[in-house]
Amino acid sequence: MTLPLPTRRDEAWRYSDLDALASVWPLAAPERIALGAGERHSRVMIETSGGIVVRDLVIELAAGARLDMHLLNSGARFGRIAIDVTLGSGAEFNLGGVQIGGGEQVLEIITTVRHAAPEATSRQTIRTVLGGQATGTYLGKVAVARAAQKTDSAQSVRAMLLDRTATANAKPELEIYADDVKCAHGCAVGELDARGLFYLASRGLPPPQAKALMLHAFVAEVFADMEDETARETIEAAALAALEALL
Amino acid sequence: MTRNDERMRMLEIENLQAEVAGTQILKGLSLTLNAGEIHAIMGPNGAGKSTLTYTLGGRPGYEVTGGRATFDGQDLLALAPHERAAAGLFLGFQYPVEIPGVSNVQFLREALNSQRKQRGETPLTGGEFLKIARAQADALGLSMDMLKRAVNVGFSGGEKKRNEMVQMGILDPKLAILDETDSGLDIDALRVVGDGINRIMRKPDKAVLLITHYQRLLDYVQPDFVHVLAVGRIVRSGGPELAHELEREGYGAMAA
Repeated sequence: MTLPLPTRRDEAWRYSDLDALASVWPLAAPERIALGAGERHSRVMIETSGGIVVRDLVIELAAGARLDMHLLNSGARFGRIAIDVTLGSGAEFNLGGVQIGGGEQVLEIITTVRHAAPEATSRQTIRTVLGGQATGTYLGKVAVARAAQKTDSAQSVRAMLLDRTATANAKPELEIYADDVKCAHGCAVGELDARGLFYLASRGLPPPQAKALMLHAFVAEVFADMEDETARETIEAAALAALEALL
Repeated sequence: MTRNDERMRMLEIENLQAEVAGTQILKGLSLTLNAGEIHAIMGPNGAGKSTLTYTLGGRPGYEVTGGRATFDGQDLLALAPHERAAAGLFLGFQYPVEIPGVSNVQFLREALNSQRKQRGETPLTGGEFLKIARAQADALGLSMDMLKRAVNVGFSGGEKKRNEMVQMGILDPKLAILDETDSGLDIDALRVVGDGINRIMRKPDKAVLLITHYQRLLDYVQPDFVHVLAVGRIVRSGGPELAHELEREGYGAMAA
């Protein structure tokens, strides 16, 4: 029996393109990643092709394991990347996500980070740039179990709207049952700084180049900590190309 | 005060009127600068000094409602801000803007090469650019390390103004409009910035419009002409002695 298609009442699908989803329903089983105790792994996902892309990842990090993920979600008409991570004791999960979309694209990153055991760390940095009538969404739930004392979690979520017709949804969400935890979250939706743009233009940069420079800085922050230089250059170049296509 | 009319006209502003958010600020301002001249505009708060700067620079929100401005033979007001820069106009900002994540050198190299491209010149290589940037930074006592940092982020007031002068040196404009470049500077920084203006801009084929509240910058950069701006127009013009008279007697008497 296949699962029924989600509706807008499902919080995790509230801003999705459900018509697009219907055309690829039912979804394949989620991709599973499991890191054993103390294992370390990095993962880069670059989703720049068109069409409908729905990625579903279920991740388990055993005690002391660490996963660094960097992703670019920019190509699809409907592009959804859903990540469900469970952290063991002292595990570390770092996610840097960039979404860039224009036209009528619907892009979303949906995360559930489960701090199931003590002293785990999670960091999520999401930057979204939207033009036209695009919709970009980040729904990020951090669930801290009663046993997960000394949890250290952070969510930094920012979106930049290039047109007043674009939509950004951002919802960092905390569900905390432990009492000795640090859970930071910040969230902002804004436009490019007009004073900065004029400053750059007054030095001779045409508006598209000035915007590209500022937007590149906005998203590059997400990839700055990547240790694999080649991988960083690849994902940055893909992000820059997506930005330039938008301007 | 004599004026050599044989000299090339650099900037000719005729009866300029401009408004900001529906309020008229410039009310028929006329002013002519020839190549080789340094002019100072002084005036009280609210006279329209910054509005004049931004209007000539083409900042969105500063709407020209009448008059003309011709820069080096071109209709200045018809050009977009980046085209004004490529034509040789430089604006020194009273409050230089911080741009997180964008490095000074990267931005200036792109800006200079974009100007060169608009003028049909070949772009500079990274090495050629760095040589120019280093020379200008050295002359203004700004380290290359600072020049590699994000534009104005974490710079003190004085460093921001020095950085404006470094940018002016690198971009090498024909006309600089410097809006209260002296504000926020201590005496030492004032001298460095004043020397920078003289070194970069006091040349027969360049001109400067200094906009200031105070006489003190004019001790370092001697203007050829001084104008008093009050309620949106030039109410008096004279030689350098006018600045001293203003310092003594205040703006009140002038504007009356």
